[in-house]
Amino acid sequence: MATKEIPGDSPNPNALWSFFASVKLTVTLLMTLAATSIIGTLIPQNESPENYRRAFGEFYYRLFEILDIFDMYHSWWFQLLLVLLTVNIIVCSLNRLSATLKIVFVKHPRFNLARYRGDKHKISRTDPRAAQELSHVIESLVAKKFNYHRRDTTADGFVFFAEKWRWTRLGVYIVHASVVVLLIGGLLGSLFGFEGFVNIAEGEMTRTVLLRKSGQPIQLNFGIRCEDFDVSFYPSGLPKEYRSRLSIVENGQTVLQKDVLVNHPLRYKGINFFQSSYGEMPPERSTTALPEEIALSFTSKETGMVYNKKVRIGEKISIPEGLGEFDIKEFKDSYDFRGKELGPTIIGTLTQKNGVPVEVVLPLKFPGFDRMGPMFNPQRNDAVLISIDEPGSLPDQLAKRFYTGLQVTRDPGVWVVYTGFVLMIIGCFITFFMSHQRLCIEVARSGRQRLVTVSGNANKNKLGMRRKVETIADELLETEGHTGQTAQKTTKDDQ
Amino acid sequence: MNSSLTLSITTFIYGFSAFLYLVGFVFRRQTPGVLGTWVALLGLIGNTAGIVMRWMESYRMGIGHAPLSNLYESLVFFAWTISLLYLFIERRYGNRVIGAFTMPLAFLAMAYASLSPNISDRIQPLLPALKSNWLIAHVMTCFIGYAAFAVAFGLSIMYLIRQREPDPKGPLLDRFPKPNVIDDLTHQMIMFGFLFLSVGIISGAVWANSAWGRYWGWDPKETWSLITWFIYATLLHAKLMRGWHGRRIAYLSVIGFAAVLFTYFGVNLLPGLHSYGAMGQ
Repeated sequence: MATKEIPGDSPNPNALWSFFASVKLTVTLLMTLAATSIIGTLIPQNESPENYRRAFGEFYYRLFEILDIFDMYHSWWFQLLLVLLTVNIIVCSLNRLSATLKIVFVKHPRFNLARYRGDKHKISRTDPRAAQELSHVIESLVAKKFNYHRRDTTADGFVFFAEKWRWTRLGVYIVHASVVVLLIGGLLGSLFGFEGFVNIAEGEMTRTVLLRKSGQPIQLNFGIRCEDFDVSFYPSGLPKEYRSRLSIVENGQTVLQKDVLVNHPLRYKGINFFQSSYGEMPPERSTTALPEEIALSFTSKETGMVYNKKVRIGEKISIPEGLGEFDIKEFKDSYDFRGKELGPTIIGTLTQKNGVPVEVVLPLKFPGFDRMGPMFNPQRNDAVLISIDEPGSLPDQLAKRFYTGLQVTRDPGVWVVYTGFVLMIIGCFITFFMSHQRLCIEVARSGRQRLVTVSGNANKNKLGMRRKVETIADELLETEGHTGQTAQKTTKDDQ
Repeated sequence: MNSSLTLSITTFIYGFSAFLYLVGFVFRRQTPGVLGTWVALLGLIGNTAGIVMRWMESYRMGIGHAPLSNLYESLVFFAWTISLLYLFIERRYGNRVIGAFTMPLAFLAMAYASLSPNISDRIQPLLPALKSNWLIAHVMTCFIGYAAFAVAFGLSIMYLIRQREPDPKGPLLDRFPKPNVIDDLTHQMIMFGFLFLSVGIISGAVWANSAWGRYWGWDPKETWSLITWFIYATLLHAKLMRGWHGRRIAYLSVIGFAAVLFTYFGVNLLPGLHSYGAMGQ
């Protein structure tokens, strides 16, 4: 993207070099990358072979498989396109860089007076002020607006040359360099980084992470423990927050603890942990283990007395007042009561005086459930009602256990990529919105007055520069207001 | 008066403004065009008020967030950026014919947001992935870029129409800006859009790296934004280095804008991570 003033495409005998120095190649590669990238958005990437076989049939499956269509962004031909583009960018830039550097790093910028005199868009005005005064006015004006200026003498007067932002000619090289830096960063990441995942149950610790692509395990040199996982929802049922409390454990000691949320990862020793998914642990025996004994209370309807008893599983106890005998038959993780899920539940047997054993249901979440027992079971009379005394002591152990799903990555290239990002933004800004601007103000004798001619050029945004020349010509005219005379305006602008 | 009503009214104001610009252009009258400018300005004020009200309403609902979180809100912001950019250009270049080609785009964006049965204008709470400071930076930069490309598209259509007409002094075209002015303005808009698209992609990448642990994942939306970037990069190189101008650049700009539209809407038909569209339904 250098300018026309720079003699580009310097002849080089090397055919390969000139092949890569061509902008036609750039345009072709950019178009090819754009066109081929579409494929991977239409065909979902990295799915199972069975899915592809079902979708495309055996023949096309084979064909696409050969062409790496199912992982096309990592295929040899797509990577080759990227490499070609990189080489193209580098060669094109190097090819023009030396010419640009010669222009940028000059001590004494050269100005071609004849060129400014021949400028179609120059603005000429006669001015009654003395040469000395004009020289002074012009100098202070250009010194304010440009970083470099100098005065030369001409046959019948003098000329001021001024310029600024010569270095912005390098902007395009910053953009090109940024693309190369980005690709290097990406390469570093894929060579020395990894992308894996791990599921950790609440309260458990692991050191092993599985790679996403291959499923191979990787050992971390520290442990990661999930202390707690929480998911909360909006009233609409949409998820509001996923939160894992994670601890880093080294040599048996917790060295770091952090709540990891989406957008708030944990980073430790170059390894990053991201909240990615969650799930419920399958029920295990251990989660449903009951404590040795459970405190129950028995309420006699007749006397209103409440008897507290500790009951062991399998041990039969007798209830005072001759109300019968009770024992715990089993413990269930869940209990379905007429289509309603009651959660962990103790099932007991009550044998009353009449000798018929009846089932008693004691859900942990609903300690007073048995009060309705007689309503549901005609065999059960309400002479004695049973409830759980300390339901709070149980649910902790019996509550659902979650696991947190973490994305685990290591990417040493990420800072290189970020550097590329910053370079690209700065470079694009310079390239698009800053230009090397040059100005020429010539003052020549014109009868008893002086003819002041303003002209300028820029390597980019030429319309903007023309407007700037007009502004400067007008400002020059305004400074004349001090002398109280009006100048004649003779613009030679033909458009 | 709530934000939805304000924005619905804004839709019709934009429509009226686009109509006035078109009338001024077709019947070659000064007055409708001048009126069009004032109506467009009124629409911009209504659009701004609607965005601010929606922002405040979300805080009143206790789920406060910038109104940039779903398809409806992004379309409203898209329309806002297009009309702001256009009014700026009108002020700078003093040509109202451009309004006949760009204000309809602002109207269409608003009309699609307000009238499509698939787009909900309810204020929804943010999903965990969207709860990030990058949301505002990412969405704003992307849509400023898209809006600049939209304006460039309008200009390119103007250019192509003018090219088609054998007599450039014909009744419809005498008030068109000069072709080299259209060409230059298109170029300016595309450079502006390209810078913002780049910043948009980059902010998205940095965000993705903090949300999912990777800055680039070839998700269809990412890929399509890159395709768009490739097309405009091609345009810039063809123009600056190969000396392309005029019709060829106009065609590339139309193709580029088609890619923008696909990145914006079409990608929702493909599987991916971005919530626009999916969430609005």
